[in-house]
Amino acid sequence: MKDIKVFGPGCKRCATTEDMVRAAAAKLGIEVSVEKVSDMAAIARAGVMSTPGISIDGKLVHAGGLPDPAKLEGWLSA
Amino acid sequence: MSVLSHDTPRKPLPAWGWSAAVFVAAVLWWAIYRQLPALSEALVARLPVERHSHLGEALAFFFYDVPKVMMLLALIVFAMGVVRSFFSPEKTRAALAGKREGLANVTAAGLGVLTPFCSCSAVPLFIGFVSAGIPLGVTFSFLIAAPMVNEVALILLIGLVGWNVALIYLGFGLAIAIVAGWVIGRLHLEGWLQDWVRDIHAGATDPVEDEALTLPDRYRSGLDSVREIFGKVWLWIILGIGIGALIHGYVPEELMARVMGSGAWWSVPAAVLMGVPMYTNAAGVIPIVEALLGKGAALGTVLAFMMSVIALSLPEMIILKQVLKLRLIAVFVGIVASGILAVGFLFNALF
Repeated sequence: MKDIKVFGPGCKRCATTEDMVRAAAAKLGIEVSVEKVSDMAAIARAGVMSTPGISIDGKLVHAGGLPDPAKLEGWLSA
Repeated sequence: MSVLSHDTPRKPLPAWGWSAAVFVAAVLWWAIYRQLPALSEALVARLPVERHSHLGEALAFFFYDVPKVMMLLALIVFAMGVVRSFFSPEKTRAALAGKREGLANVTAAGLGVLTPFCSCSAVPLFIGFVSAGIPLGVTFSFLIAAPMVNEVALILLIGLVGWNVALIYLGFGLAIAIVAGWVIGRLHLEGWLQDWVRDIHAGATDPVEDEALTLPDRYRSGLDSVREIFGKVWLWIILGIGIGALIHGYVPEELMARVMGSGAWWSVPAAVLMGVPMYTNAAGVIPIVEALLGKGAALGTVLAFMMSVIALSLPEMIILKQVLKLRLIAVFVGIVASGILAVGFLFNALF
């Protein structure tokens, strides 16, 4: 079970990123728990400077802009 | 551009293919762009209005400026999307951390122009900078320059108003960001951050591994920014050009000279005050600037209006309220507004 966090204050791209993560995990058949983090303090504490950001099991893999779908699948299956 | 954007990742185009496609698109762009004046005149001629009536003038302005601004915007945003893929907030932070104030203010203002930045991540970026030990004043230089001196503003000024005005805008926009940030740094206002910001320690300095981007990746990021920026600003542009067209067609020149001419000293502060609650971006305000200048408004007054609209926006202050105490926001607005006033008066005196 992978613990995934999507960091973003609530802009449209952040919601899209969350959907992309869920869709990619479902496609790969990976069990995940996805949490949307929108608290500014928590976002900053995670070291995210441009949103949306994604962390997998505590490791930040992406920050700023929508993730590339192919790369997203790569991070999830790593 | 739309031809390219339908490219699916299933069959990846090699780098030379992308470059060739971008080249063809650029040639097509130029061919169409050159025909715009003729096309818009032909369109207005077909409408049942007298060309030199108020309405005819306004329509000609509108039908010429809408495609022109849209095409200029597509070109610039694409090019800057590619350029910006070489920069990131993380790299900018690394470049600024540990630098001394003064020179760092200059670097921060310059990087503010080049670093990809969206006002929705202003808060995490602010905290990321401050917690990495970048002085508050340097952070402000970045935050002032980023929205005010942007490529959209500069290229639209070149295309619609003239390169000399664009150059003046670039120089004075950077100067305001550098000086205002430096002054805020001198005032030592770190105590006026919200309490939770000072207690925070952001995570590792460079958490995201630098993904090696290929040339097609960079082109794709250019296309992404075109899609994103257009989705955000197209309505503002149409509104801006609509207002510009009304000014162009209907506002009498002597009225404009009286209200916004260089003789009316109070018009500069009035322009700055009017600009604060107005929320649009460079793309929306520049057609208005074009029309105002065409009607004889003074350059300093118009520049002050434009800078105030772009740099001092109410929504951004509401976002910053999460990290700055109200006193610090007031100081920030006061210093930037003084800088804009100075630019306005200086230009009205010089030209």
